[in-house]
Amino acid sequence: MAKYLLLKHYRGAPAPVNDVPMDQWSPEEISAHMQYMNDFAARLEKTGEFVDGQALAPEGTWVRYDGEGRPPVTDGPFAETKDLIAGWMIIDVDSYERAVELAGELSAAPGAGGKPIHEWLEVRPFYGVQPTITE
Amino acid sequence: MDAVHLRTLTPSVLTVLVRRGADFAAAEDAVQDALVEALRVWPADPPKDPKGWLITVAWRKFLDAARADAARRRREDRVEEEPPAGPAPAVDDTLQLYFLCAHPSLTPASAVALTLRAVGGLTTRQIAEAYLVPEATMAQRISRAKRTVSGVRLDRPGDVATVLRVLYLVFNEGYSGDVDLAAEAIRLTRQLAAAIDHPEVAGLLALMLLHHARRAARTAPDGSLVPLAEQDRGRWDTRLIAEGVEILQAALARDRLGEFQAQAAVAALHADAPTAAETDWVQIVEWYDELAALTDNPIVRLNRAVAVGEADGPRAGLAALAELDASLPRHTAVAAHLHERDGDLTTAARLYAEAAHKAPNLAERAHLTRQAARLNARLNARS
Repeated sequence: MAKYLLLKHYRGAPAPVNDVPMDQWSPEEISAHMQYMNDFAARLEKTGEFVDGQALAPEGTWVRYDGEGRPPVTDGPFAETKDLIAGWMIIDVDSYERAVELAGELSAAPGAGGKPIHEWLEVRPFYGVQPTITE
Repeated sequence: MDAVHLRTLTPSVLTVLVRRGADFAAAEDAVQDALVEALRVWPADPPKDPKGWLITVAWRKFLDAARADAARRRREDRVEEEPPAGPAPAVDDTLQLYFLCAHPSLTPASAVALTLRAVGGLTTRQIAEAYLVPEATMAQRISRAKRTVSGVRLDRPGDVATVLRVLYLVFNEGYSGDVDLAAEAIRLTRQLAAAIDHPEVAGLLALMLLHHARRAARTAPDGSLVPLAEQDRGRWDTRLIAEGVEILQAALARDRLGEFQAQAAVAALHADAPTAAETDWVQIVEWYDELAALTDNPIVRLNRAVAVGEADGPRAGLAALAELDASLPRHTAVAAHLHERDGDLTTAARLYAEAAHKAPNLAERAHLTRQAARLNARLNARS
């Protein structure tokens, strides 16, 4: 088994196919979307592939140490290019192929008109311990 | 004798040890050892006086530990001069423990954890689960808190207001894991109210009961929020409401108003209305005025603006809102609601979307996004 991080971004990713802001959906479409995400996580818990999932607020701040006795700097000169992570799910699966398959399913969450959003998700493998060859 | 009953005995046993001169952290360890022993011995040989048994065994465990520690010999001599464990006193000793666990030298997070551990008798794992942090993190937080208060003697009363604030923090955490913190906070506040005669303790208990009574109606089966006006009032717990109102009325009759009584009064007026439309908003505004005078809290004034909007119309509400700092949490959501009631759907839709962006949790964000979506759908249908 190997762990993968599925990252959903607020911005920075290529535009999804079904690109309509959420407040332009119908309330039922929003409910259906939330339901899909919950069902997805519940299903992975059943298959033993779910590790963790959290959603993050859109407002984020870059912070940097600015020298002894000075307050940390917040936000750099390039705040407009900030890549904001909307949430993550950590899965523990048998193969990279399975991770990609699940990310694809998650990307198919319904959006406006009940059609899949086709949003881009990032799949990142965790560094792990390599299995010993002598086993 | 089950684990839950044991939990209710723990605080008074702990208090007895601390009063006899045991260091708080050492006393806690000794009580835990005694509990383990109780779970082992009692099933076959149940004691007649469980509390007395626990005190005797915990005290022996404490002395054993103190003796084993050569560096603490001087203190050992001192504690051995104290009277031996006699019959358990009938009075509730836990009151002092409340004050110790809410000691002003502790941060709110530490005070909350220590209260749940020492007064509530929860395990470290249960507390960690409830606050969604690793068990090791919570264990550290608790042992740091124990060290902080270990030098504090339980010889003078502490500040009731600090204790109440800690209990209210526990209540507001709601629930997750296998412990319902709201119910736990109510249990501990009930215990406190039985031990101490103070109108604000009664006020807090009433407030918790009145809020808790509406909990089942506050969320839909899919986890989404249901606003007060749309809640199914048939699902409110009328028994809890009646109890809360009765406790509140007795407290108010004593004419020593405090912020928890005033908040409970607002909650009681909501709980009392048979329908949302019949809510006595004029009286609610008056209670918010009392609250503002007591606390000068900006959140109180934000709530007051909502009540003014209901009592005197959305324009009056917006005027009250305009005097407040726009960066207050939920300020934008309130503005959206008032603009919608005033008929300005375009502004309301924009503000709902903006408020969703700033929402403190997912359920609230989804709720506000739905509000924006609902108005946008109406606006699109019009054009």
